[in-house]
Amino acid sequence: MKTLTFPDFVINRDNEKCIQCEVCVRQCAFDAHTLDKETNKVETDIKKCVGCLRCATMCPTGALCVSEYSQKIRKNCNWNEKQLKELYKQAETGGVLLTGMGTDKDYKIIWDHILLDAAQVTNPSIDPLREPMELRTYLGSKPSKIDFRFDISDLKLKNLQKGILKTKLPPQLKIETPILFSAMSYGAISLNVCRALAQAAEECGIYYNTGEGGLHKDLYKYSKNTIVQVASGRFGVNPDYFEAAAAVEIKIGQGAKPGIGGHLPGEKVTEEISQTRMIPSGTDALSPAPHHDIYSIEDLSQLIYSLKEATEYKKPISVKVAAVHNIAAIASGIVRAGADIVAIDGIRGGTGAAPTRIRDNVGIPIELAIASVDSRLREEGIRNRASIIAAGGFRNSGDVVKAITLGADAVYIGTAALVAMGCHLCQKCYTGKCNWGIATQDPYLVKRLNPDIAARRLINLIKAWSHEIKEIMGGMGINAIESLRGNRLRLRGFDLHDNELKILDIKPAGESL
Amino acid sequence: MIINSKNMTHRMLNEKIRSGVRNGDRKIILKNINGQRYIASGLKSEVNIKINGTAGNDLGSFMSGPKITVYGNAQDCIANTMNAGKIVIHGSVGDVLGYGMRGGKVFVRDDAGYRVGIHMKSYKEMIPIIVIGGSVGDFFAEYMAGGIIILLGLDDTKEIVGDFIGTGMHGGTVYIRGNINKNRLGREVDSVEFDDNDKKIVNEYLTEFCRDFNLNQKNLVNQKFTKFKALNSRPYGTIYAY
Repeated sequence: MKTLTFPDFVINRDNEKCIQCEVCVRQCAFDAHTLDKETNKVETDIKKCVGCLRCATMCPTGALCVSEYSQKIRKNCNWNEKQLKELYKQAETGGVLLTGMGTDKDYKIIWDHILLDAAQVTNPSIDPLREPMELRTYLGSKPSKIDFRFDISDLKLKNLQKGILKTKLPPQLKIETPILFSAMSYGAISLNVCRALAQAAEECGIYYNTGEGGLHKDLYKYSKNTIVQVASGRFGVNPDYFEAAAAVEIKIGQGAKPGIGGHLPGEKVTEEISQTRMIPSGTDALSPAPHHDIYSIEDLSQLIYSLKEATEYKKPISVKVAAVHNIAAIASGIVRAGADIVAIDGIRGGTGAAPTRIRDNVGIPIELAIASVDSRLREEGIRNRASIIAAGGFRNSGDVVKAITLGADAVYIGTAALVAMGCHLCQKCYTGKCNWGIATQDPYLVKRLNPDIAARRLINLIKAWSHEIKEIMGGMGINAIESLRGNRLRLRGFDLHDNELKILDIKPAGESL
Repeated sequence: MIINSKNMTHRMLNEKIRSGVRNGDRKIILKNINGQRYIASGLKSEVNIKINGTAGNDLGSFMSGPKITVYGNAQDCIANTMNAGKIVIHGSVGDVLGYGMRGGKVFVRDDAGYRVGIHMKSYKEMIPIIVIGGSVGDFFAEYMAGGIIILLGLDDTKEIVGDFIGTGMHGGTVYIRGNINKNRLGREVDSVEFDDNDKKIVNEYLTEFCRDFNLNQKNLVNQKFTKFKALNSRPYGTIYAY
């Protein structure tokens, strides 16, 4: 069938600069560039270009420029180009539209309408370059009270001040900065990317999350910085997997596809993935929603305690859910079911593969979810019983600070971490052809990403964000992340309507205390 | 070691079992079990556990190695994501038996509920086996990706299986005694020829099953079985537009 769709991109090749070296031919897994054997010249088929910019980046002479295809359909605010292209595609294939990464739809980003406070005159700001600034925090259930005693036999003041904790604390995850790497499965991403995330987590004193695809043997050594996931497909879940982790996360849902299960397209289920997941190679790895053993909060509690028993109560159990309309009540149920951590993923959360309609239309923004969950747990007097990890499109340290100030304990970053490693957000993760060697299992593409260099880039990112968080906190006159958490008085809404301000429980900009 | 489980919580019970295992106990007898959950959850050991009473939900979940015999019934989610070992139940079990099972064996003398063997997996030598002497409910072998399930339906007065057998199945093998009406099948499975090799496989596990439950295998020799496989290893591969 002749396609009626038109290209997304145009590739301009400057023939004066092009030296016919064929780098672009080798770099493009989508075959946008090919060598014409007859003329011995490099040819370009713009219809195949996905806009990942790999060729333009790697071209040694800078001869390539990828830009938006300029021929536009007649201007129409309702039936825009994207709508038409999707209609053509569905008319030509009869298929459910599949996509990757977080939604690209033009939703209001509430972070950009929240303003942070700073100290002026009446309370001093702190210079983080010269004064201690505490970003370390602990994730896990906190007791409602603690008992401790002083050793009065030792009268040295120093020892007296220390005290000895009598209460047995539930297991905690210590993090040096409130940023963790979000769940991305081995299968969705390559082993090299997993390695880079694990290495960076180790060096930064944080955690990476295996996602639901099991754990490759090479990564067992990073157990101190690993959170493993248990999803409905139960891929790679066994006692060794728990031993190789600091915490276990039950994946109920993710922000990019609430109510939809995990789906690793068969293109990416290679022999090694088939081994780790124990499914036939080439099959789609299905992790359906729901877990067929969880139909209620009581059933969730059963899986939480099954995992607690399996890990001898030594590891925090997290439950990850997508931010949906009723998220506050859901989170309350999760805490009451016994979870130590509630991870909430907003509508802008990323994915390796999701139906476009689901990704772009289902869920709520993480900003509102954090606020409503934190408020609800505080109202119910159970906020101490679980930590909140927020996820879903954190773009920079400003977003992180705002999330914590709204009430999150830490954030998960996925997309930002991938971008740090080279991702250009072409949204073709589900094809397995990632030219940047990230979302692929093709050995030729996988080796493009050097795990050591990628880890260095991640470490740099975490370091930079941590510095920025300290700067922002210092400006507010706050010297510990714990004092920032839930400190909503230090936030103001700008250009937000009343209901949003009410849910966020923040004052409008310009209103004093 | 004998543990009297009367009035014991699952946490106390499992602590006792684990400390027994750590002390080198090879045989543990649990008395007065009355629905305690998570028995032997995540346990990595070759220990032999005998349970007297009704075992609660998630018996043997995630476990790797133990041999558990239940003299009585067991509740839901038995052998959840079990990795290795064996569970023998002298009675019936509830729903969701062997969810995501990765290896080892589960033998149930009588009936099982809904969703038996869903998401079962296998890779090379890791092949989970479930044999059920009685009948099962709906969604039998749903999303099955590997392993073997044998359903005997020895009580001829009952319906042997419910509806939607093997919905979403994309790997593994199911053997059911007798003939099954096609309208019971999920869309992703069909019956295939039961050959001599299948006969060998079924007989091997039947011998073990009969030995464990002290049944006379002669009554089962030469019974007709129907074999079911997934039609396609990628049942939902074509619904998406790339």
